Amino acid sequence: MKQGDEIPELAVTPDKYLPHRYAGASGDFNPIHIDNEFAQQVGLPRNILHGLYSMAQVARANAAAAGGDPRSLRRLKVQFRGMGVPESEIKVTGRVREESDGTVIVDTEATQEMNKIIRNAEAELQPS
Amino acid sequence: MPVDDSAKGKSFPPFEYEVGKEKIAEYARAVCEDNPVYFERDKAKEAGFRDIPAPPMFAVVYSAGAMGPAITDPEVGINLMAMVHGGQEFSWGEPVCAGDTITTTAEVADISEQDGKGFYVFESVSKNQDGDEVVRGTWTNIVRGV
Repeated sequence: MKQGDEIPELAVTPDKYLPHRYAGASGDFNPIHIDNEFAQQVGLPRNILHGLYSMAQVARANAAAAGGDPRSLRRLKVQFRGMGVPESEIKVTGRVREESDGTVIVDTEATQEMNKIIRNAEAELQPS
Repeated sequence: MPVDDSAKGKSFPPFEYEVGKEKIAEYARAVCEDNPVYFERDKAKEAGFRDIPAPPMFAVVYSAGAMGPAITDPEVGINLMAMVHGGQEFSWGEPVCAGDTITTTAEVADISEQDGKGFYVFESVSKNQDGDEVVRGTWTNIVRGV
């Protein structure tokens, strides 16, 4: 991985029930994620994805770019901004900002259509 | 009125989490991980893990029991109805594997105000049963209208 390289794009479409499965797996049952009516009552367009689910997709894309070994992902820093929603494709992209002594820094983000759901993210990789 | 930052530096009791093979598989399926090391012990050992490893972001599962009491602590004083998760950072160390016992401690790293919003930053450190650091987390929660 060299400076300026794009990482392979990861695309995943969380289905309607994904937030329920992620709630069970993570223990985060905040109703804004799993109750469409509740989410609309508090002013959201619909029930929204867990930000940490979207971060997990950024983690997955960057570990894959480093060869697929999860031990290659040393650090990941993200900002959560636009809200992610189920039933819309997430694309994770990234570009190598710098590489030295086997450590690679990737500028990375996740988008749904034109909406950046994770921005200004930075991954530190040690490809195997 | 400036945000109350008197809880800055406060730390919370450690939380212990025992990592199970089936919980790793449930989490891995939920986040669309398909690497066989997360599901098959033979594949994990072939890849050099002590046992089935947890995906890196499984950190949120074993940290949750330490973060919940910190974020809802009355002395910290977050208005949960106005809170959003603004940012997150993890730095990983020794891999977490099925059978490990992970102990996480959380503290309030910073409380500040900017543009009428409160920024509550927590730091967590998680170690395994051998005392090896497995992850260090920085959790930024933003509260509107402080």
